[in-house]
Amino acid sequence: MSQQLINLTLNGVPTKVSVPVDMSALEMIRNVTGLTGTKYGCGEGECGACTILLDGVSLNSCLLFAVECDGRQVTTIEGLASDPLGLRIEKAFVEAGAVQCGFCTPGMVVQARQLLQDNPHPTREEIQRGIEGNLCRCTGYVKIIDAIEAIAVGKES
Amino acid sequence: MPETIQKDSLIGKRITKLDAPEKASGKTRYIQDLDVQGQLYGKILRSSRVHAKIKRIDTSKAKALSGVHAVITAADVPYQRPIGVAKDHLPLKTDRVRSTRDEIAAVAAETEAIAEAALKLIEVEYEDLPILSDPNDALKPGAPLIHPEPHGADGSHEHLKQGMPIAYAGKPDNIAMTFDYEQGDVAAGERESDVVFEDTFFLHYVTHCCMGVSGIIAEFDSSGNLLLYSNTQVPFLHKREFAEILGMDPARIRIIQPPIGGGFGSKLDIYPFEPITVFLAKATGRPVKLVFTREEEFLASPTRQPVILTLRSGCRKDGTLTFRTVNTLHDNGAYTSWGATTPFVMMQTISSLYRVPHCLYHTKAVYTNNPYAGSFRGYGNLQATFAVEQHMDMMAEAIGMDPLDFRLKNAQDPGEVTPQGMHFKSCGLKECLKTAAAVSGYREKFKANQANRDKPGRIKRGVGIASMLHVGGGAKIYPSDGCGTILKMDDFGAVTLITGASEIGQGSETVLAQLVCEELGLPLSAVRVVNNDTEITPWDVGVHASRTTFIAGNSAIGAARKARGKILAAAAMQAGLNAEELDLRGGHIVETQSGKVVMTLSKLLRQLHFNDKAELVMTSFYYEPPSKHQDKKFKGDVSAAYAWATQVVEVEVDTDTGIVRLLKVTGAHDVGRVLNRLGIEGQIEGGIVMGQGYALTEELMVENGVVRNPGFRDYKLITAPEIPEMDVRFIETMDGEGPQGAKGVGEAPAICIAAATANAIHNATGVRIMALPFTPEKVYRALHAARKEAA
Repeated sequence: MSQQLINLTLNGVPTKVSVPVDMSALEMIRNVTGLTGTKYGCGEGECGACTILLDGVSLNSCLLFAVECDGRQVTTIEGLASDPLGLRIEKAFVEAGAVQCGFCTPGMVVQARQLLQDNPHPTREEIQRGIEGNLCRCTGYVKIIDAIEAIAVGKES
Repeated sequence: MPETIQKDSLIGKRITKLDAPEKASGKTRYIQDLDVQGQLYGKILRSSRVHAKIKRIDTSKAKALSGVHAVITAADVPYQRPIGVAKDHLPLKTDRVRSTRDEIAAVAAETEAIAEAALKLIEVEYEDLPILSDPNDALKPGAPLIHPEPHGADGSHEHLKQGMPIAYAGKPDNIAMTFDYEQGDVAAGERESDVVFEDTFFLHYVTHCCMGVSGIIAEFDSSGNLLLYSNTQVPFLHKREFAEILGMDPARIRIIQPPIGGGFGSKLDIYPFEPITVFLAKATGRPVKLVFTREEEFLASPTRQPVILTLRSGCRKDGTLTFRTVNTLHDNGAYTSWGATTPFVMMQTISSLYRVPHCLYHTKAVYTNNPYAGSFRGYGNLQATFAVEQHMDMMAEAIGMDPLDFRLKNAQDPGEVTPQGMHFKSCGLKECLKTAAAVSGYREKFKANQANRDKPGRIKRGVGIASMLHVGGGAKIYPSDGCGTILKMDDFGAVTLITGASEIGQGSETVLAQLVCEELGLPLSAVRVVNNDTEITPWDVGVHASRTTFIAGNSAIGAARKARGKILAAAAMQAGLNAEELDLRGGHIVETQSGKVVMTLSKLLRQLHFNDKAELVMTSFYYEPPSKHQDKKFKGDVSAAYAWATQVVEVEVDTDTGIVRLLKVTGAHDVGRVLNRLGIEGQIEGGIVMGQGYALTEELMVENGVVRNPGFRDYKLITAPEIPEMDVRFIETMDGEGPQGAKGVGEAPAICIAAATANAIHNATGVRIMALPFTPEKVYRALHAARKEAA
């Protein structure tokens, strides 16, 4: 498979990587740059465990070719460590009990970041719609919704 | 140093999970995220046929591919031994494949891409055999035999194909397992009955869908010791089993469990990919990592047991239950895993959820060419409860009794010993029933919906009730149900809790730390939990059967109380006070009555090195209390405590489309006592939604042995907008044996939802559906057929 050299900004850091042209952004993030917070859950855009921000917009990185990240800003769950809203969301997830096995959590947090950026005060129903593309098998979603709602209504503990 | 500290309990508080910050920030390393220096990547070639003889395998082209280190088939591992509950399953198949998941060959290569390319170069020649895909056909004369006695090319046993172990003798028929249980005299019970119903219920295939797919890393050191990074739920049992399969000394096997991306019972057995990865590591002398794709996860992980269940039950006009007769047929699939043993749990619900004097229970698990069933949260209880609780409603209606009153009349009380021998030392069933009904307004809604049923209108509302009984104090399915703890205190008042109990996301490490802190008067931040390395942690039977809080909790409390005793004795000696008058609070030793601080804990601990030579490492074990074990006829006690719950489900049925929406679930759970409120709420909410998926949307579609929907696009998990409103109440019966009074709860919330939903659909429409899941098509057809009949 032919390789292509691409330049992207990964979590704020200018990054140059050589990737096979058929590689997904998810594989690049996990296997080339070594950031494993973004999870493989299905590889077909159905579960949301691999959610990242591309130029500030959330998407499933398993459905994106790595070469499409050339010249763009990629933010993963690790990148939210320097993002005030991202950190608030992570803390809210911990406080609300929104984490069980935790495998869906990074994708949920990134998706919640998108949701709260677009709509800082979503209703409960809007939150449910906002995370519709992210599957969770442990929590039944209630505490995940609680966590996002806590930020939406300014009731973080 | 504060002057006084008042008593402050952690029990019942909302405690955040110790592992949550790492998980929420993406720092947790699951098996998929671990790499071992020098590792190769393993991939498995699975059968492209449902049932066939393997005529020829040619791996030469795959072996010649650059970057391939090993290609193995059964012929390369003559030492392999059968795995699974009935030891009927060879990891690499020899002469035949029995399902499309069957493992034929495996590759270890430098990259996953090379391993995948190599799989495509392996040639397999098959000779198709007739397919047995309907369990009803399994026992018919002339049915294809799934496990015939193995024969060599010349028809003799002596010339078996290379790789066929001698231990594997085949099966004379398609019966994988049977269970029979009897109490009283069902014929006598039937004679006393005023009402008798007999119906057949159909329970479908579903699968766990853990968000983290299966994976393992196997590595041998230069002395031949095996290290496994494994997602198993039963590390200590698997040490022994891996040793048997591999012909190794169990002492030379170490299992480390990285954080696990969901379990739900799926990781209670050894599956072929695990020994195969070990074979690859052995063949290459390199660490080998093998991780499933999602498609592979759907095709090659276990399922919940599909069951055809015929229930005959009766009652008197006054509402007293008289008898139950149950015949079930379980689709075992091609091999036997824990799914075959779920009748062990099902019969408990049949015999003891309500008082039934006479019971007869027969079950057969039969081989087919379908996917094979494992253990899944609830362990047969969802299936049994689905049938039993529908008949409860049907009988109540037939004798004109309110369904709640009918259940209350037959509900168990604390102290009862059932005819099966289960001893309910604590039992909150009646309170669960009353609470769930009162909080949800069940009686009023039930009558109102019934009255509204035949009025015009497309959308109908329904309310349904169901209860459940499940083990809540360990489960005596193995000869022992113990757990060990090592508790170590350092000079600074911090605790290392080393427990045999496994964390699979359910929050065991947090609740165990909480129980220790409660004894030692420490904040949660003072505890570190070590719980994932068989080389370090003491023995435990594994995370299953809703047992961890109860068994591991009692074990942890035992160690913490030893530490507490030592500390208070030392403090008493130093301060010249009675140990009985001292307490541990907030990292200090205080006078119990006044709360007056006597000294700081950390200072005392440091002094102990010089004054007392105190050993600040405590060990303790907890085994279930002595009781009458079940005998060969399944009579006896199976758990130190039992959990109870009632759930009321409210639905909306669109009679034009068949769409059923779950509006609200009201649950009342006898959990003994709430320890971590945040954790228990989360487990119950998650269980309710898993039950909702079982009832409404999830179905692994298997046609002629082929899984038609191996992906989340067509296998529908519940998503966030679909969840019902939930109102969960806790009934705290303070179990005498439970840790701080608590009982197990892990499986309970998933168990009643399908049964209660069935009853709710009937309440809404007058139509009873005895097959799951309640998809729009199925519901529409049922309503339509009923309308036609009425016309």
